[in-house]
Amino acid sequence: MGVRRRPDTFTMRVNPILCDGFGHCAELAPELVHLDEWGYPIIVDGPIRLSVPAALDSARYAVRGCPRQALRLEYQRPARAESPGRRRID
Amino acid sequence: MIEETTLPRVLSGTSARPRTWEQHLAVFGPPPAGASLSDQLDEAGLRGRGGGAFATARKVRHLRDLRGRHKFVVVNAMEGEPASHKDLTLASTNPHLILDGAQYLAHAIGANRIAVCAARDNPRVINHLQRAIHERERSGTPKVAFELQTPPWRYVAGEESALVHWLDDHEALPQYRPDRPHVARIGQAPVLVDNAETCAHVALIHRYGAAWYRALGTEGSPGSTLVSVSGAVARPVVLEVALGATLREILDAAHAVARPRAVLLGGYGGSWLDGSLLDVPYTHEDLEPLGASIGAGVIVVLADDACGIVETQRVVRWMANESARQCGPCAFGLPALADDLSHLARAGRDAGVARDRLIERCRVIEGRGACRHPDGVVRLVRSALRVFADDAADHSRGVACSGALTGSTYVRVPALEREEELVWE
Repeated sequence: MGVRRRPDTFTMRVNPILCDGFGHCAELAPELVHLDEWGYPIIVDGPIRLSVPAALDSARYAVRGCPRQALRLEYQRPARAESPGRRRID
Repeated sequence: MIEETTLPRVLSGTSARPRTWEQHLAVFGPPPAGASLSDQLDEAGLRGRGGGAFATARKVRHLRDLRGRHKFVVVNAMEGEPASHKDLTLASTNPHLILDGAQYLAHAIGANRIAVCAARDNPRVINHLQRAIHERERSGTPKVAFELQTPPWRYVAGEESALVHWLDDHEALPQYRPDRPHVARIGQAPVLVDNAETCAHVALIHRYGAAWYRALGTEGSPGSTLVSVSGAVARPVVLEVALGATLREILDAAHAVARPRAVLLGGYGGSWLDGSLLDVPYTHEDLEPLGASIGAGVIVVLADDACGIVETQRVVRWMANESARQCGPCAFGLPALADDLSHLARAGRDAGVARDRLIERCRVIEGRGACRHPDGVVRLVRSALRVFADDAADHSRGVACSGALTGSTYVRVPALEREEELVWE
């Protein structure tokens, strides 16, 4: 209680209806986004650790650079760790 | 009252003339009072019959606990699957069961409007439902107002979000829903969408109780369900079967050919099952390990002289044309899959390349649409490559299999419409 759990991972998501395949995201975040043969983005699976600063930077570039505003970032908080609980002192 | 173990249940009576309101009350008994519907549904273990097989009780509970001055119940009688005729059969036999179920659901979640949706290209369903709604209004005003809505008939228009989008904005296009569980909304009002068959089962469960419902079926898949059997059968039929009956029993009841090559289960976004596996019980839990599912209750029988690749190609071509063309991977990927299948079916020089490209493209397309339409097609293609592996091997060596040469086809695929003629609103 009282401990703020900060997000430690993020994922990038694309709204496939908005996306028109401009391909800017793959230019701006090549390590996170690949394009399929029709030019639509395939985003790398799984949450990315926030402790990798370059990844978050390029993800933000991609989100800002999307002409259709189809990308968004979601931050995940870590699961609450099992703590042994407060020990009672007699 | 219908006896516990009698079949049919929701299809009792004749489909020549739908039951009137008086006949309906005489056969099924007066409307029930008391018992909490969500508890009954929980105990009965009813799962949605539109294809998703989601637990109806959970849906009802979730909607009941939501705040909202207005709530909607939407009855989905769109019958998007071309091989399915269960909504028509149900509406032309016991239309009041559908409406009863919708009314009980509306009462359970506190909804004040019920929209019954039937495709406008399907006038017989509309007639039966319209007449039933009028009958109820004449016999005394129902507590909740029914309205009949007629979206255009499109494969994806019956999908939950597309249906709600149409009711909200007159566009039968699926919507992007990143957060799950997702509650569909018309304006601000939460919406409970249930298949017409699900509503009919709800009506009977509320009347006769969960134990009655569980008298048929298995522990994991209780009750009965409607199946539309077509293809290599004497004539296409809709049957009500107990869940847990084997596929062979169902096919025999439909007078199918004795030794089918394969069956298509679920619908056009379903999967093929080899003809040697027909002794599997028709339940959710038995079909799942085989990569198949009950889906919308569609069974298409393929006889020995058919080519699975050609059949799959025809279905995928049509499904590609039915894409709403909103998401790139679906709009471009599905026609690409259909092209690859055409190459494979023609067994030309590039057939082997086409097969490898097909597998790769399935991997790329899966899970990248706003709705599940592309995933269904990918599932169908993958199951075809698995079940018709022999045919595919022949074709990719450049030798058309015997089925492709006879040219007989069993899956009924509607004529392709030109892209500019597709109606979405």
